[in-house]
Amino acid sequence: MPEPIIHVENLCKNYGAVEALRGVSFSVEEGEVFGLLGPNGAGKTTTVEILEGMRAPDRGAARVCGMDPEKSGSPYKEMIGAVLQSTSLPDKIRVKEAIDLFAEFYSRRVHTDDLLRRFQLDEKKHSFYNQLSGGQKQRLALAMALVNDPRVVFLDEPTAGLDPQVRREIYDIIEELKRGRKTVLLTTHYIEEAERLCDRVAVVDHGRVIAMGTPRELKQKSAGTTRIEVRLTRPLADGAMARLDGVTDCREFDGTFVLRSTRPPQTIVALVKQLEAEGSELQGLEMFSPSLEDVFIELTGRRLRE
Amino acid sequence: MHNVWVLTLARIRLAMRNRAFLFFSLLMPMLFLFGAVMMFGQESRAWVPYILGAILTFTVMGSFWGLSVQLVTFREQGILRRFRLAPVGAGAMLVSSILSNYFMTLPTVILELIICRFAFHMENFGKVWAIFVLVTFGSVAFSSFGLIVASVTNTMQETQMINNLIWTGFVFLSGATIPLASLPSWMQRVSLFLPATYLATGLEWSTSNLATTREVFVDVLALALGISVAFEISRQLFRWEPEAKVPKTAKLWVLATLVPFLLFGAYENFDGSRLQSIKSDFRAIQLRAAMMRHAQPNQPQPNQ
Repeated sequence: MPEPIIHVENLCKNYGAVEALRGVSFSVEEGEVFGLLGPNGAGKTTTVEILEGMRAPDRGAARVCGMDPEKSGSPYKEMIGAVLQSTSLPDKIRVKEAIDLFAEFYSRRVHTDDLLRRFQLDEKKHSFYNQLSGGQKQRLALAMALVNDPRVVFLDEPTAGLDPQVRREIYDIIEELKRGRKTVLLTTHYIEEAERLCDRVAVVDHGRVIAMGTPRELKQKSAGTTRIEVRLTRPLADGAMARLDGVTDCREFDGTFVLRSTRPPQTIVALVKQLEAEGSELQGLEMFSPSLEDVFIELTGRRLRE
Repeated sequence: MHNVWVLTLARIRLAMRNRAFLFFSLLMPMLFLFGAVMMFGQESRAWVPYILGAILTFTVMGSFWGLSVQLVTFREQGILRRFRLAPVGAGAMLVSSILSNYFMTLPTVILELIICRFAFHMENFGKVWAIFVLVTFGSVAFSSFGLIVASVTNTMQETQMINNLIWTGFVFLSGATIPLASLPSWMQRVSLFLPATYLATGLEWSTSNLATTREVFVDVLALALGISVAFEISRQLFRWEPEAKVPKTAKLWVLATLVPFLLFGAYENFDGSRLQSIKSDFRAIQLRAAMMRHAQPNQPQPNQ
């Protein structure tokens, strides 16, 4: 069996009294898109920065392409590409100049014009960095991460703060990388991103991997239940929601009841009857088929973006 | 070496698009030059070479200010982090800062020489080789000092504060603004411990054609020792990350930068010959100015 291209074992990292990583372990096979899914502060960025060679772990080991990221220096950096959580460049550098500049640092280079075309930056190639929109800056960051045709690409929250259209464009680019058999490790707190893009996902919380598998495997852990989110004008009597027909779990988040049901139609009928009986009304009702969000809620009792 | 040249060219290109850089590196030295010649060169054009030496010192010392501010800005904005992901070392980043600064200082220096020679009727260019060598070593030395300041400060405010403090000492105690010969004796002795003094006196006597090869050699040696220590220290203390802490030993490292100049200052104070030549060279210019006034009472003045 071939050695995994990324192997992380028992990584621990403290920032003063804060334990950012508490024994993170996982492996990624070549050509796989692997996601680290978790809320802010879960330890995703620290993990990625250790793998990029920008931070040293306090304990544990990491190997990428058979090398130690912290100690391998330039030969290691030749093998990887990365998009930081926030990329900054000098305001007065032009788009094409930035790609050309970074390409010069590597022995293996992708042609700048190809990258400009691929990332739809052709028309902006003479624009200064400070004239670009958020989406264009992120596309430039991605182009710069690929100037050396890397074996492994690290993407730290590549779509955070971008509007849905730009996010979809970035998804297309990542899917293209996937088709090109690049190994991608991406961090995200967007469920749809992890579900759409990742071959496998590690759910991270409080510096630990709390679940790992393909999105399908993880969703199966949700026991085939449907999530029903209900907002009411007036709360029902204690425990009434949890006793509704088909409900296996009920939690409240900021006035919204999140029910997990094995028989959604029966649950809704029972809910309507209960509301009439108690004189309350529905403010909103949404139904969701099982998602990674449900897995996260089941494991942690919290939503991903709390 | 390839990365150094690539970064040097990129930095020069970026600097040429920066209005603040153009103002402080090109326009301001010219304004100083014109202002100083108007104020102090009226009496006799014999003073023009001396004034030129002082203005060249300002121009070269500007490296110290510019580089520290630029490096801290790059670090605070997270620009250095992006470079860290690429196969680029701290050495390449620092050397390219120094080189780009040097190449951008040269045109200003040449322009100042040409203006003094042809617009302010300076008799000749002075000792051109000595000026070139001193500008080269001075630019690299003061750039390295600037990089050290950038390495031991965390924020722009802190950098500006420390720069102001050091700059004031350099400017007023080196002979770049007030001629050393007219300072009290104790201040002259203190000035011998400052790197700026070796640059200022070297340039002032080179533009005035009074510097001997030995004197230039000593000035260059002092600056070269300063460079070697300062560059290595700035490389050791270099930080890519805005949140990276300054090591506790950093202050001691900074003190180590002063060691070559403490040794030179102690030697020059003990020897006394530099102080003697500072005074005698200054008297020679005063004498030359007086003779010019007597010989050509109707000579064209710099502003005519």
